[in-house]
Amino acid sequence: MTELVVRGVKAFGRFWWDFLIGDTPELALATGIIVALAFLISGDRVVGVILLPLLAAAFLLVSTLRGRRRAPGR
Amino acid sequence: MHSPTSTIVLLLAVFGASTVEMVEALTIVVAAGVSRGWRSALEGAAAAALVLGVLVAVVGVPLIRYIPLDALRVVVGALLLVLGLSWLRKAILRSSGHKDPHDEDKIYAETVAELSETGAESGTPGQGRVHPGRDGVAFVVAFKGVFLEGTEVVLIVISLGAAQHRLGLAALAAAAALVVVAVVGLLVSRQLSEVPENTIKTAVGIMLTSFGIFWVGEGAGVNWPGSDLAIPVLVGFFLAVTLAYTALMRSKLPVPAPEGSPAA
Repeated sequence: MTELVVRGVKAFGRFWWDFLIGDTPELALATGIIVALAFLISGDRVVGVILLPLLAAAFLLVSTLRGRRRAPGR
Repeated sequence: MHSPTSTIVLLLAVFGASTVEMVEALTIVVAAGVSRGWRSALEGAAAAALVLGVLVAVVGVPLIRYIPLDALRVVVGALLLVLGLSWLRKAILRSSGHKDPHDEDKIYAETVAELSETGAESGTPGQGRVHPGRDGVAFVVAFKGVFLEGTEVVLIVISLGAAQHRLGLAALAAAAALVVVAVVGLLVSRQLSEVPENTIKTAVGIMLTSFGIFWVGEGAGVNWPGSDLAIPVLVGFFLAVTLAYTALMRSKLPVPAPEGSPAA
């Protein structure tokens, strides 16, 4: 029974690790930064509205470039 | 009060995400049905769908009742942002040629081969065993396929539904996608490799990212101009970003080495 619970907890933890971090830890980091920034600048409507989407787009570019196919030997 | 635009985006996002995931699950169910027997494969799929439905109710309803809306929106927004950005990244890499497309035919062939081997081990070489009665392997494989693919759908349904206090509507959109894919799958009795999965995944990724940014901002106290009307603007922005990045990534594809060169 205990073994079953441990296995269940491990599987649950692995699911969330794969889901949130997986092979793109930069996207989890990006989300953390965006959330923190949203709280920091929430008083400034213009900055928040412009900065949050731009930041998400910038992190998406970084992550996409990280996942690109490279020529052999590079 | 919700604007019709946010309702439409919510429905499209949930329906699209569920369609993509259920098409992937269908491939596994059909493979299990063909190689081991339909009865157990369908029972496994139905059991998984039931468990997923219960999960939505058990996790989603308390979230709506007991968690303050602003806190819920920040957490849900962050989850949707991680999910949306990773779907978009994958879709951009696939459509620009940096990543191989999701191939339902290949997955189907691999699953059938694997299940046939299991059958051969238990007595029937080559073809596997199609059981007229119940078959534990078919049940487990179909259950796992539907459950694993459906978990992301459950997260999306709970996130989108809870943050807008419209869990029922989100669950209904997911159920509609499940029924559509199941009916089409039963009619054609094979995997749906013609469904433009990457296009749907791109569209859903754009919507999840837009909702994610919107709710993180809302929950943190950012006032979006036009309130819910900011969502379609964000959708338009991330669509433009996706198209631009896809074009950029196409230009970054490595040039294949000429034939006869040492690298080829």
